[in-house]
Amino acid sequence: MIRFEHVTKTFGDQNVLDDLSFELHKGEIFHIVGPSGAGKSVTLKHMVRLLSPTSGSVWLGDREINAADGRELEELREHFGYLFQSAALLGWMTVGENIALPLREKTKLSEDEIEGKVRSALKMVGLEDAGEKYPSEISGGMQKRAGLARAIVRDPEIVLYDEPTSGLDPMTSRTIDRLIRDLNERLGITSVVVTHDLYSSFLTATRIAMLSRGKFIELGTPEQFAASTHPEVRGFLDAQGVGAGAIAPHLTARP
Amino acid sequence: MITREPTPVTGPLSALAHAFGEIGRAGILAFQSVLLLPVTLFRWRSRRELVSQMYQAGIKSLPIISVVALFTGMILALQVGLELRRYNQEIYIGSAVMVSLLREMGPFMTGIVLTACVGSSMAAQLGTMTVNEEIAALEMMAINPVRFLMAPRMGAMLFMTPLLSFYTCVLGVIGGGVVGFTQLSVPWRQYIKTAVDFADTRDLYVGLLKALVFAVIITTVACYEGFTTTRGAVGVGQATRRSVISSLLLILMTGYIITRMFYDL
Repeated sequence: MIRFEHVTKTFGDQNVLDDLSFELHKGEIFHIVGPSGAGKSVTLKHMVRLLSPTSGSVWLGDREINAADGRELEELREHFGYLFQSAALLGWMTVGENIALPLREKTKLSEDEIEGKVRSALKMVGLEDAGEKYPSEISGGMQKRAGLARAIVRDPEIVLYDEPTSGLDPMTSRTIDRLIRDLNERLGITSVVVTHDLYSSFLTATRIAMLSRGKFIELGTPEQFAASTHPEVRGFLDAQGVGAGAIAPHLTARP
Repeated sequence: MITREPTPVTGPLSALAHAFGEIGRAGILAFQSVLLLPVTLFRWRSRRELVSQMYQAGIKSLPIISVVALFTGMILALQVGLELRRYNQEIYIGSAVMVSLLREMGPFMTGIVLTACVGSSMAAQLGTMTVNEEIAALEMMAINPVRFLMAPRMGAMLFMTPLLSFYTCVLGVIGGGVVGFTQLSVPWRQYIKTAVDFADTRDLYVGLLKALVFAVIITTVACYEGFTTTRGAVGVGQATRRSVISSLLLILMTGYIITRMFYDL
């Protein structure tokens, strides 16, 4: 579905992505994990051309994303929903208006239809009562959920999540995990999740990749990832208390 | 595509190329926002934003513009009047105040006030939106930030700046009249007569043209700086500062160029 072909990205003299190649399959929940500064968000931004590769190419099906511009890029981006790390809600609009924005701007739906869709998106993320509030009046977790509602309100095929659970309490984190999984199961949405939170990855991912020094040093199912013998992966697992013995409860606890 | 990576500057030649690139991109931004104005006028949601921006740029600037205009006229009248009184010609202060306000000081002072009040606020708002990834979020929703954010601001400034410039001239002339009447003993009737007799319609048109050009400069510089902000809160501060300085310098230079184009030596 999305294909990275030998993607290299440099900022100045720093090589962030180094000849990265991989492919995402339709309907999967693909987690990219790794230490801070490993290039996880950079990878995500390449999928929608918020960043362009220094060399190599990124494809959506048979269309090269990094060669698209103007109308074609707009059209390609309509396949995606994007939950930003900061939720990126427009501060002068209410939560409801934020969610309605892509519908009002990009569709010809009537106000009644828009209101209906906004209401059901708010219900899906458990924010039925927050529609009239401004982003500054709700908590960080609620902002993330509102951002998620905005990302899915136009029924995208692929949703990209940039650190969806960072800075949230464990309860809210699990709510977000459940939402990601629900969207995948109920609507068949393909998800790419960038996270530090291995617990979340083991709960929701169908495949996990670990990025280090611009390359995937491990890529596989949660079971394969947990059994990895790569020293960096082991270190990452141990640092979060997700050692080989601890993995089974995580996998069986899947929502 | 508004969201773009900052290009590294590695030497003098690269800095020059970077500067030309910035001017070019700002020019394209200005052109796009003017082209998208009809869309802003035809969509009711955009019209609502346009009206809101008119209020921000026009009505909210009125108190400060009024004070600046009144005192500009008063200073002009006092300075010119003191000189003319040495030759017993102080009755002509009306013409001096009117001509200098229409041709130069009206649009110039309006430009300065709008740069400080409106341009800085635009740069700070868009800069904050950029560092908070709100602009990237708009692009991800396939909403063109130039149409959604810049075009209504451009429309509001193009509409309000000439109006405010004319208002500055009127209030400045009144301020000059007050000084003439109270401190130089020039009768009101005489002051207004010389003011109207010496003013040419061309002076008014040139002043209004300047106001329109200043509106484009202020909006373009502010939006460009806002859209290209990087590095968080510090970056927003720097973008706002750069926006004010660049606009003021460009207003000063284009003001001279337009005057030179329309008035022979």
